[in-house]
Amino acid sequence: MSDSLSKLEKRTAYTLVLPAVLLVFAIVLFPIFANVWISFKDIELKDIRIPEPRAKKIVKSISENQSELKIIYKLRNSSLIQEIRNVQFQDKFPTNISPINLDPRCNFQSKKVVCNFGNWQAKYRENFEIIIQSNNGEIIDKKIIKSQKPVLSGKADNPLLTTNFTLENFKKVFYENNFVELLLTTFYFTFFGTVGAIIFGILAAQLVNQNIQGRTYMRGILLFPYVGPVVALAYTWTLLLDPNSGTLNALLVNFNIIEQPINLLGQKYITMSILGFEFKLRLALTTVIFFEIWRYFPLAFLFILARLQAIPQSLYEAAEVDGASPIQKFIHITLPQITAIISILFMIRFIWNFNKFEDIFLLTGGASGTRTLPINVYQQGFAVSDIGMGSAVSIVIVMLLLSFMVIYFRLIGKRANEV
Amino acid sequence: MKFKSLAIFLIISSFFLTCILSIWKIMATLQGLSFTNLNITPVFLIGILLSLAFVLIGNKINHLIKIFSLSFIFSISYFYLNEASPYWYIFGVFLITLFFTNKLKKYSMQSLKEDFISEKIIFDFITLFGIVFFAFVILFPFYIMLVTSFKTQIALLVNPLDFSLDFTKSLTELFKSYFVIFETYNFGRYILISSAVSIGTVIVTLLFAIPAAYAVARLNFFGKNFLSTSILIIYMFPAIVLVIPLYTVFSQLGLRNSIFGLLIVYTATTLPVAIYMLQGYFKSIPKEIEDAGIMDGQNWFGIILKIIIPLSLPAIASVALYVFMIAWNEFLFSLMFLDSPKSFTLSRAIQYLSGDAETPRQYLMAGSVIVTVPVLLIFIYFEKYLVSGLTAGSVKE
Repeated sequence: MSDSLSKLEKRTAYTLVLPAVLLVFAIVLFPIFANVWISFKDIELKDIRIPEPRAKKIVKSISENQSELKIIYKLRNSSLIQEIRNVQFQDKFPTNISPINLDPRCNFQSKKVVCNFGNWQAKYRENFEIIIQSNNGEIIDKKIIKSQKPVLSGKADNPLLTTNFTLENFKKVFYENNFVELLLTTFYFTFFGTVGAIIFGILAAQLVNQNIQGRTYMRGILLFPYVGPVVALAYTWTLLLDPNSGTLNALLVNFNIIEQPINLLGQKYITMSILGFEFKLRLALTTVIFFEIWRYFPLAFLFILARLQAIPQSLYEAAEVDGASPIQKFIHITLPQITAIISILFMIRFIWNFNKFEDIFLLTGGASGTRTLPINVYQQGFAVSDIGMGSAVSIVIVMLLLSFMVIYFRLIGKRANEV
Repeated sequence: MKFKSLAIFLIISSFFLTCILSIWKIMATLQGLSFTNLNITPVFLIGILLSLAFVLIGNKINHLIKIFSLSFIFSISYFYLNEASPYWYIFGVFLITLFFTNKLKKYSMQSLKEDFISEKIIFDFITLFGIVFFAFVILFPFYIMLVTSFKTQIALLVNPLDFSLDFTKSLTELFKSYFVIFETYNFGRYILISSAVSIGTVIVTLLFAIPAAYAVARLNFFGKNFLSTSILIIYMFPAIVLVIPLYTVFSQLGLRNSIFGLLIVYTATTLPVAIYMLQGYFKSIPKEIEDAGIMDGQNWFGIILKIIIPLSLPAIASVALYVFMIAWNEFLFSLMFLDSPKSFTLSRAIQYLSGDAETPRQYLMAGSVIVTVPVLLIFIYFEKYLVSGLTAGSVKE
């Protein structure tokens, strides 16, 4: 009895889970593996359509009384890289019309010309001609002939499924692509974006956790940048920071804080001097990082606030009795309580910042030294239209991500054992 | 010791006052007032005098009379120090000073002798300063977005600091950008598409996620643990690495430029987080209630439909809102999959508009307002549900 019940339970469980699992598998897991496949192929954006034979029909008169017509079919293979096998051609003609000197590959039966063109190489082109004649010497109507479209068919491999592989893409990723700079930019962006978001998150959580009026409103407002649509926010920032008529530059110039407007999103470096030391700052990258912090510190804030509110008030009261100062209370009570959530946040934000595409794409498009790995996937795959190369960069991203996760779980695992 | 804490009190409090007044001045400048100097030093000095007067007077006169008279004197002296300024501006200064002196209430010569008073003062004012700072930094871009949509490109090129709205104009004139984007740029259609995709995603995601979450929460089956850990790992994986394979496959299947294609991708990418959030909630429902259902002869389907769903409506609502917001805000896939303006979502349409350098910025901002307002309204109205969902499900973006 219980055995059959547990069998029933299993069967029900699989029926309930299966639709979701299949969908996620098809749309999320499958592409990750498909990337591996594509990254070893030399394939471009224009090649992804399955090759097909095409024909353009041109009708010309060759005799004065128009009882004879020449039809030119401009035949071609739509693919530049793949052959089409066993191409069949068929075109219909009105009654009382027959072809003369028909090409040996074709034959004429029951008003149809049927041809077997065999295999077409990649880029194959041919001007194929048929001369037709009306059987009773009448005029042939060109329009009727023209309106009839030829039908072509052929077998071709899906260019994605062929089995010719190459290592070229990975070579290009590592050697031709300024890979070191790409990686460094990605890490700057990821690291400073993550740390900044967490620091501002701690500050904001600390503020809202005090007994101030309107703290629920404050919590809501602080989450605005996080819930707002990225497109709207990025374009607002672009307008704000615009060097020509952006509000920020106009304000700074107006109050004589700077002399010339600064192109915050379009300038790669700015030379700063602090205490006599001159150094170059990656300006556009820094601006993008600030946008990133602005947009994502609310998440850190929310998590840390939830943790702060769970700290028992009695701890603080006891510290008060012992005569602890506010700073001591923060360091000895608050900080130890939030380290766990901070390390989780660090990992989540690190991984998501590492993959961030939209924000940078909308602000700078990857120009002025803000090209990160995800931006590079887009540029390779869609701007340069080298799909294989884009996939190879994706694979690099996935590999790096997996290694972060492994390192992180090792570290966290060790800490968990110590405690 | 007392002198040190007094000095810290004066400097910090005056610094705070100077900051708020500077923000007020910036906001006033954006209303077209031609200020060119923030006057930080003089304001800081009279701020110190104000705080000093406040603690020196102490409790000798009634608090209300004290703050009103001090603020009045401060505003008058501010008026003479500052460039020519209209009365509404000075009235704002007066209100700010009133708020400020009211915040000073707990400080007196007596309280400055307490333990750790310097640290407390610093903490107090950093809190106040922090709140003003965060509120300003966060709301300012939203404010600019809104007011830009009511201005014109030409006016803003002439004076990029004048965001004042001319209410003498007719409403159609004032809301011109909104009329234009609906009439010329077809935003009505994009709103419909965005809504259809988002609502569709919510429905399909819930249809798939509720049974799956129930199975993960309640039933025993082989591979359950593997499934629940892989949910988390999958949802750490980035959309950008899915883009190229999905693009190629969707091109071959003819699913690009279709709302259906977008719907599938959105559903699949939000499913893991939806399942994760829901199963957490389902586990908290007492099992006895279901046992009663089994006794009544319900099958699993009946249990989910008649017991689980009615009991977990708040959780389902928060998942639904959450998925709606993800789908509404989504940009990457709509950029990759949609080429034809016929099938644009709002985000994609705004990005397309911005691609044309000729598009005046007020249209861009009007579009941005239109795409932002629904999410913010939903968020404000359902904040409680959403915040608990955000922290429970630890968020997908």
